[in-house]
Amino acid sequence: MLQINKDGLQTTMQDLGRTGFQKYGVIASGVMDPYAHRLANILVDNEETEPTIEITLMGPHITFHSNCVFALTGGNLSPAIDGIPIKMWRPIVVKKGCKLTFGKPISGCRAYLAVAGGFDVPEVMGSRSTYLRAGIGGFEGRALQKGDILQLGECSTLVKNCLMSISKEENKLTFIQMDWTLMAEAIPTYKKEAIVRIIDGRQAHLFDEKSKDAFFNQAFQISSDSDRMGYRLNGQKLALKEPKELISEAVSFGSIQVPSDGQPIVLMADRQTTGGYPKIGQVTTVDLPKVSQLKPGEYLRFERISLEEAQHDLINERGLIKELKQSISLKFKARI
Amino acid sequence: MELTYSPLGDDAIVIEVGSDITKETTNLVRSITKQLEEATNDEIVEVIPAFTTVTVFYEVTTQFKYKDIKNLLEETLVEMEELEIKEQRTVEIPVCYGGDHGPDLKFVALHNKLTVEEVIAIHSKGTYAVNMIGFAPGFPFIGGMSGSIATPRRSTPRLRIPERTVGIAGIQTGVYPIETPGGWQLIGRTPIDLFLPYEKIPSLLQAGDRIVFKPITQEEYDQWEGKSHATD
Repeated sequence: MLQINKDGLQTTMQDLGRTGFQKYGVIASGVMDPYAHRLANILVDNEETEPTIEITLMGPHITFHSNCVFALTGGNLSPAIDGIPIKMWRPIVVKKGCKLTFGKPISGCRAYLAVAGGFDVPEVMGSRSTYLRAGIGGFEGRALQKGDILQLGECSTLVKNCLMSISKEENKLTFIQMDWTLMAEAIPTYKKEAIVRIIDGRQAHLFDEKSKDAFFNQAFQISSDSDRMGYRLNGQKLALKEPKELISEAVSFGSIQVPSDGQPIVLMADRQTTGGYPKIGQVTTVDLPKVSQLKPGEYLRFERISLEEAQHDLINERGLIKELKQSISLKFKARI
Repeated sequence: MELTYSPLGDDAIVIEVGSDITKETTNLVRSITKQLEEATNDEIVEVIPAFTTVTVFYEVTTQFKYKDIKNLLEETLVEMEELEIKEQRTVEIPVCYGGDHGPDLKFVALHNKLTVEEVIAIHSKGTYAVNMIGFAPGFPFIGGMSGSIATPRRSTPRLRIPERTVGIAGIQTGVYPIETPGGWQLIGRTPIDLFLPYEKIPSLLQAGDRIVFKPITQEEYDQWEGKSHATD
């Protein structure tokens, strides 16, 4: 069990999203950075579908009321236990009473906290993601607040055995950071200017030549209006060859829409299900976290790749995660 | 039946059935959606119908890429039988017009040189068709409003429109299921929920439904318990 002692800026429980209900207009929600979420879960031997806590810029303060294993991935928001800075991207064993705090954002925008066993909250329409605007899912359909108590699910046998062997060890430490982490290439670095790869949007051909060039030859700045629904970008105005009214159709995580003001919006986790603005591009699935980890005021540049390359990268990433899962499992076993 | 296919990102494909919103295209969209949902292929993650398109999200694997989903859809849809346009379900939506529920009703009347009573009569006399559900949970895109009460959106959008408010935006009318910011002209409010998150089908309305708006008084609004009268 763990307890929230201090609110963060926006701390919500999220999983991989609510699929299957978009045809009823139900927003998919889910984590903004699926890669960091998946890795947080596999670092504590959870299924990748378990919910994690998405922590935005200013993190909450949390007390652990039982011994448990957790992992933090994603943006570095200066995590510490009982005031001692801790490492990310590795399992950490904490004893009952430990306090997890966050400080200054160092890199990235969102961190993911996975606890072995996951969080015991009910599914709404097959998902435990919080959808704030409708007040459903996650923890009581809202962001976590001071005083909230989160119950945990049952952790895997592997983690249980690991917890037991550690508690037997003679040590007075209140928490132990594993001495291993993921291979370096599996840990992303978050820059203040990201190169984001896209494939053509369904209406890319409707834009005039000048706009098509401008789209790839400038750095867009992330507007302060950006949130879980969409990232608004500021840059040179983009325009269609001729004005055209489009018929609303499905959009997805990473669709880049251009409304009539010519400033693109990248649709994110809490995007609407359909949209009527022309889509100039679509961020590749693998590059979505690069966008999610940018803060307002930072920059991104777009680079065009083919659908084949994007799907190739996606398959490779899935393969990498599978490999990491196996190697983490072996490391847990070695500890017992 | 001429279907065209194109990618939406690296994990979805869009089937386009036509370029205009017609009875035929909306019916075709519904037929395709039904066919794909019944086919239950493991590779298909989610199907999202819209006015003239059906978007299919799929699981990308080494053995299953864009050309494979395209082939699968072509094979599945080649023998599709189009749904007959049969008698649609009619859903009655009670609306308390004006007052606090519809602060823009007077403006809509003024804009169209009508009385408030005439606006209510015109709005509630029409039979409306739900063309698609999308944008927000349970939100119906409704066609069929009389042009005589069409009113442009407010120049300054409101920061908060209460859930279940009935509004007019240009030639369209609609009901907003959840609280939202927006630029609609607000003419009334229904006591019934359109978004039902804990029901098996979380939307009261579905594409293909017909809607009638029934004027009710504030007393009736307050007393409303239960749901709409759906008739087959």
